[in-house]
Amino acid sequence: MSAAVQAKANERLLLSGNDAIARGVWEAGAKVCAAYPGTPSTEILETLSLFPDLYAEWSINEKVAMEVAIGASMSGARSFCAMKHVGMNVASDAFMTVTLAGVVGGLVVAVADDVGLSSSQNEQDSRFWGRFAHVPVLEPADSQEAYAMVKVAFDLSERFNTPVILRLTTRVCHVKAMVGVGSRNDRPISGFQIDAKRWVMTPSNAKGMLPKQMEREGLLRQAAEASELNVVEAGGDTRVGFVTSGPAYMHVRESFPDAPVLKLGFTYPLPVEGVRAFKASVDALVVVEETEPLMETELKAAGMLDIHGKDLLPRLGELTPNILIPAIKGFLGDPLPPATTYPKIDPFPRPPTMCAACPHMGVYYTLHRLRKKVQISGDIGCYTLGAGHPWNALDSTISMGASMGIALGMDKARSEETKDKAVLAVIGDSTFLHMGMQGLLDIVYNRGNVTVLLLDNRTTGMTGGQNHAGTGKDVHGQEAPRVDFARLVEALGVKPERIRKLDPYMLPLLNKIVREEIAQPGPSVIITDRPCVLSEFYAKMTPYKVVDEDCTGCGNCINVGCPAITVRRTGVKTRDGAADVALKFTTIDTAMCTGCHMCVDSCGPKAIVPAQPLAAV
Amino acid sequence: MSTDIVTNILVCGIGGQGVMTAAEILSQTAIAKGFDVKKSEVAGMAQRGGVVTSHVRFGRKVYSPVITPGTADILVAFEVAEGSRWADMLRPGGVAMVNTIRLTPPVVSIGLFSYPDDPVAQMRAAGVTVHDFDAGAIARDLGDLRLVNTIMLGAIADLLPFPAADLEEQIVGRFRARKPAMVAVNEQAFAAGRRAAAVAGHPAMAI
Repeated sequence: MSAAVQAKANERLLLSGNDAIARGVWEAGAKVCAAYPGTPSTEILETLSLFPDLYAEWSINEKVAMEVAIGASMSGARSFCAMKHVGMNVASDAFMTVTLAGVVGGLVVAVADDVGLSSSQNEQDSRFWGRFAHVPVLEPADSQEAYAMVKVAFDLSERFNTPVILRLTTRVCHVKAMVGVGSRNDRPISGFQIDAKRWVMTPSNAKGMLPKQMEREGLLRQAAEASELNVVEAGGDTRVGFVTSGPAYMHVRESFPDAPVLKLGFTYPLPVEGVRAFKASVDALVVVEETEPLMETELKAAGMLDIHGKDLLPRLGELTPNILIPAIKGFLGDPLPPATTYPKIDPFPRPPTMCAACPHMGVYYTLHRLRKKVQISGDIGCYTLGAGHPWNALDSTISMGASMGIALGMDKARSEETKDKAVLAVIGDSTFLHMGMQGLLDIVYNRGNVTVLLLDNRTTGMTGGQNHAGTGKDVHGQEAPRVDFARLVEALGVKPERIRKLDPYMLPLLNKIVREEIAQPGPSVIITDRPCVLSEFYAKMTPYKVVDEDCTGCGNCINVGCPAITVRRTGVKTRDGAADVALKFTTIDTAMCTGCHMCVDSCGPKAIVPAQPLAAV
Repeated sequence: MSTDIVTNILVCGIGGQGVMTAAEILSQTAIAKGFDVKKSEVAGMAQRGGVVTSHVRFGRKVYSPVITPGTADILVAFEVAEGSRWADMLRPGGVAMVNTIRLTPPVVSIGLFSYPDDPVAQMRAAGVTVHDFDAGAIARDLGDLRLVNTIMLGAIADLLPFPAADLEEQIVGRFRARKPAMVAVNEQAFAAGRRAAAVAGHPAMAI
């Protein structure tokens, strides 16, 4: 059980930003909460699901999560949805119109930006959505603020009849800090009231709402100017004053303890007059914001042309003290701090890789062997790691579900050189349900020649193993309806004889089936069904070991890519009239090995054998 | 100790080694001693066998959750090459407490990169104060490889601004509640870590 759930009112405890937000949402009386997993936002809904007195769900994607929250808000319940920054792109269709219709129960949308790109495909700045949708944006700087601001966000939402964005970054979500918590303020649900002019956004109805949206934005600007979330902190060294928000504030305070700071928590609409007054109190004003120059540009547009920001600071990544200090000291002409005492030692890189016995490895081992004959359109999940060593068998990754449409585009745009290559798409179970199945329907409908590898490992792997509509379990781990992938793709129009299902551990069979399907014209779907090794559905088998005296050092087993296999010693084989061959004699970490036997199939001399005698049949 | 001083501890290793647990225990101990604490975590893609770090900062008031390079008081490395990767985070006079286990990633196995022969020697050549020992061997002797975490925490226990007993109680208290059978062996592991660090810090003692 989570400490955020168990903590009593007035207790102080160490909480991640994500847990603190969940606690705040619960205390605010939210009744309906929905999300799709995405780093760094995932744990918000995981923790919310542990509270007994609200409804929580893993939605099929962020757009549906947003719609569930909108429906609950229309019905008078305080409602909440959470997503990572790129999830907001998916959800934005619903978001950009509910901003016109407004809310009944408070509606808060937590969007977590991956500043510094620890686990994402881009670094977009979600504060743009506030400007785009004319809704307020709040930016907490740590766990305590995240907890407090989400409650303020619900109040603002109801007071101004608008959804509210709580903009987070990785350094809020995944930093633990002290939080003092309170108790739940339960709020009854008022129930849905039919009101077509408000909820049916036909052009005529929407047109009536537009002026109200603009009027609301003006009132929000006044509220931001007066907000207690925007605070001036005095400082003795007035040569530079900082305007900053989010975790960048913490880095500013750390770096320049004596500087005056205008700390903004309510950042859109921007309290321009508050900034103007603060600016008058300092010699120079520097805007420190992650990542885009949004506040800076708006302040300049408001006439503050001599302020600084991205002329001194980078437009990407975190603005940590090691970035801020030299930039600002350089600007002031102060002596620069000394470099670090010890030189940087740069050993080998250690990129993320697949787990020992990961079912995806067999697929990429197979694709690697077909490398010259195939183009591979990839997707987002653990299987994106197939782009790395030793497989190098994934050629594109753009966005969730994009493997399908991109494969079709590749199929329709062939050159003389690529006309005979097979086009494959590789996608996981959760991603297929999120946004992939529409793309497969497009492939079928438009007569594409694409072989789809649907890697069903029965979990949302990369974010830590969340349930989805294909796992047979809900957010609480309770039994739930489970989609049948074979029947689903057949219903989308893939011919039954072109739908193949197998265990990806059966490497020879997998190799045969992939070769058969890429030779066939038209769409095929190969479904692999071994669960993720980290999931509750995975069963370990007898582990293997390498018999030293039988290992010839060929190194084939290493190409499977399993981290349980390492090189024990190296050697060289000299050959008359030919180049020397490097030998790698291997060993298997029996504690890591699950007995998947993919490496056994790769071993010519049969040097890989069970580590214990197999049980008698 | 001045109340304005912030203690910076960088814990590093590889996904699955217990880096986050060690950082959590350090943080909870600091809270129990009345410090403000911030602890940064890495999640998502990096967890899959990649480099993992956790920044633990505590003091009267902590702002940034990130340790500025060159200001770490202690580097706790659960793997030796990872220790070398982060050694430049230490302040002058800071200490690297290093488990000498060598964990080879697939990019090394397939021959794209080589694992350095002696990362500890590289660190010492760079001027870093390194206390290195084989925590895995101690854990094996005690009968459970999972004790590496307790051993490494024991190893830094005498470098912290609070008594070693407070850190030990934080570890042992967790087991007392859930797995009482593990209390005694964790106490042994903690003590063994303290001893190993003392020996590693003063090589003469080994003789």
